[in-house]
Amino acid sequence: MPVSTSPQGTPLWQRRTTRAQWLQYAAWMMGMSLFLLCWKVISDNTMWVFVEDAGRQGSDLISRMLPPRWEYASVLWKPMWDTLNIATLGTALGIMMAFPVAFLAARNTTPHPLVRSVALTIIVSSRSINSLIWAMLLVTILGPGVLAGIIAIALRSIGFVGKLLYEAIEEIHPTPVEAISATGASRLQIMNYGVLPQVMPAFAGISVYRWDINIRESTVLGLVGAGGIGLQLNASINSLAWNQVSVIFVMIFVTVLVSEWVSARVRHAII
Amino acid sequence: MLTLTGVGKRYPTGDRALDDIQLSLPKGQVMALIGPSGAGKSTLIRCVNRLVEPTQGSIRLEGTELTTLSGNRLRHARRSMGMIFQEYALVDRLTVMENVLSGQLGYVGFWRSFLRRYPTEAVAEAFRLLERVGLPHAIDKRADALSGGQRQRVGIARALLQSPKLLLVDEPTASLDPKTSRQIMRLIRELCAERELAAIINIHDVALAQQFADRIVGLRAGQIVFDGQPSELTSDILTTIYGEEEWDTSPEPVEEVESIEEIGHHHGQRPYATPRPLTGLASGGAR
Amino acid sequence: MSRTDTLARQQAARQGQWRRLPLIESSRLRWALVLSGVVYLALALASVEVNWARVAEGSGRAINFLGAFMQPDFVSRQSDIWAGLLESLTMTLTSTVIGVLLAIPVGLGAARNIAPLPVYTVCRAIIAVSRTFQEIIIAILFVVMFGFGPFAGMITLAFATIGFMAKLLAEDIEDLDWRQVEAVRATGAGWWQTMNHAIQPQVMPRLIGLSMYRLDINFRESSVIGIVGAGGIGATLNTSLSRYEYGTSAAILLIIIAIVLLSEYLSSYVRRWTQ
Repeated sequence: MPVSTSPQGTPLWQRRTTRAQWLQYAAWMMGMSLFLLCWKVISDNTMWVFVEDAGRQGSDLISRMLPPRWEYASVLWKPMWDTLNIATLGTALGIMMAFPVAFLAARNTTPHPLVRSVALTIIVSSRSINSLIWAMLLVTILGPGVLAGIIAIALRSIGFVGKLLYEAIEEIHPTPVEAISATGASRLQIMNYGVLPQVMPAFAGISVYRWDINIRESTVLGLVGAGGIGLQLNASINSLAWNQVSVIFVMIFVTVLVSEWVSARVRHAII
Repeated sequence: MLTLTGVGKRYPTGDRALDDIQLSLPKGQVMALIGPSGAGKSTLIRCVNRLVEPTQGSIRLEGTELTTLSGNRLRHARRSMGMIFQEYALVDRLTVMENVLSGQLGYVGFWRSFLRRYPTEAVAEAFRLLERVGLPHAIDKRADALSGGQRQRVGIARALLQSPKLLLVDEPTASLDPKTSRQIMRLIRELCAERELAAIINIHDVALAQQFADRIVGLRAGQIVFDGQPSELTSDILTTIYGEEEWDTSPEPVEEVESIEEIGHHHGQRPYATPRPLTGLASGGAR
Repeated sequence: MSRTDTLARQQAARQGQWRRLPLIESSRLRWALVLSGVVYLALALASVEVNWARVAEGSGRAINFLGAFMQPDFVSRQSDIWAGLLESLTMTLTSTVIGVLLAIPVGLGAARNIAPLPVYTVCRAIIAVSRTFQEIIIAILFVVMFGFGPFAGMITLAFATIGFMAKLLAEDIEDLDWRQVEAVRATGAGWWQTMNHAIQPQVMPRLIGLSMYRLDINFRESSVIGIVGAGGIGATLNTSLSRYEYGTSAAILLIIIAIVLLSEYLSSYVRRWTQ
């Protein structure tokens, strides 16, 4: 924060130097023009007539959704059960696979740098690809159904759980590990006694957190045929039964809120 | 029993931590290793059980060359060297009993240790050790529920459960208050006598070293600059080890062990580290 | 654990008998939990129907697909990939900017310590709705309203960004250092001045970090909302998968992974730079 003297001799305070000021202006200008450029691309690809019509379409949509056809809910219990199973079994499968991957990816527990980069590649690929894409892929391979959903959720969870867990492993205290090594323990024993107790709370917390996210994600997997309540959603939308869609929305909303509450409670209890 | 010949350690950064160390330790001798921070004390004892790899020289324990061991043979060698740490290095989320039993890890297989199915003799011995260090009531407490002195006792019990021939002790008292420090040092001393263990104790506190060790080795910049009886440690020698400083803050001459004990009681624990009288008072007052 | 139990365990340990303490003390509760876990697992696994004939048929495709990763085909659908990618990237950027700008007032309104109750309730409701529904569900609604194309996608992502950013921002504001705010207020500063001098400096670095993170998420999401017609590379990917053109699909997936990696690297750089 430089102070300079004005021609009149009074000290002037500026937040930044002139050079920094200009750099900042330039950065803002660049950001603005980039944003406008992107906006132009989008606007070129948009049929503005439809957008102008949006208000009417929206109110039309709402009037079709209301009142919800509540009796449709009785059909939804089985798909909801499937959705919960996809999330839970998928999370379980995912954390089972993520666990060893995280140990191979953490700098302080990896057996070899080469193994580490392979593990990191697995984590990045799994994280980059949305569970819906995994589901699309698996549906073409395994056929439509709950199994594809479970595996899609599992594959996506590896990256999330793996990343957070390997970061937790890298942050453990090194001295207990040193002490366990000094007793003549083998590699696996060092992991079991020195590393595992230190990362267990983090691991449990991460898993529950991912389960909560997975509930949310498994509600839409049905859109591409991977089972759960998304199938009903897809069918209702295709038949323009918007008063059924609103029932599904209410169900999803309640389930997600409950799962979020459960996950928050469990994480609170662990930490 | 333990012989170090020409041991050196150079870190990849080029820093020389140890330089041509010659040292030999007979059975049952308690040796204190003193020296300023960064003199290589920790590196030296970690070279012995290979937590740090020495870059040259030979280390022999009862005729076994330690520097070339690997894999299972290294694990076997490590069993006979118990180590005690400055920050206790207990696994916080395990119970006291599990921490002590981890001293047996070199003897049992993975699945036994994973399921905590330790041999009966090992459990009985672990309990005897906990009784010996005065913590039989704490077996099911978690390690992080204990006080500093209690944790160090658990650390000692863990090291002894390895049935070691040699104890490597790294700053056992640096995190403890003066009274507990003396209790811990006395305990280590007694246990060494009971079991005829040799011990290398890294220690900052010259007074404690003089009181509890049979022999003192002074390390400076990775080299041994003093090796002798506690009574031979004069302020001149302390100057060679630690550099120029006003050592005689007490009216008593430093040679007499009795007087050192007096200093320990009344005047802060580190008579050598008091350049100004006010600091000495401050540390004494803090006690 | 009672005192007698403790003594009994000590006595047993003296004899060499010791077992690890169970995680849950009451044995009845322990078994009930194990039992309910097993029952759930059995029920859940029983409800998974697998058509093994279909799986066997598909496994050939799985091998084809893995093979395609060895030889991704960037060329034959080059113009489609390029157009989809451009749409995804522009959607990502505009939606993040708009979403973050809108999330700031909502986040301020959802912080209990600075907002009055009615405002708080409304803002929390917006956050709850935006966070509960997957982007793709919201995309369906917006496609119906705004027609096919990237505009609907952009609105979708912006809406999802509001919920994400506003929640974290509100939490940040709720546990910021209140003494600084009081110090600024004590100088006689108005509401805007308090925001600018006491709250903004405390939450700004994290806000920038979160925006970068959200940019990354929005790109990943933009690769799927195309499935329901909201523009972006997802449409291209969907088409290539349904035509079994695995070479093109593999190419698109590799591009997505590369861009996510790049943005992660960039965001870690920006975060270091802002701190």
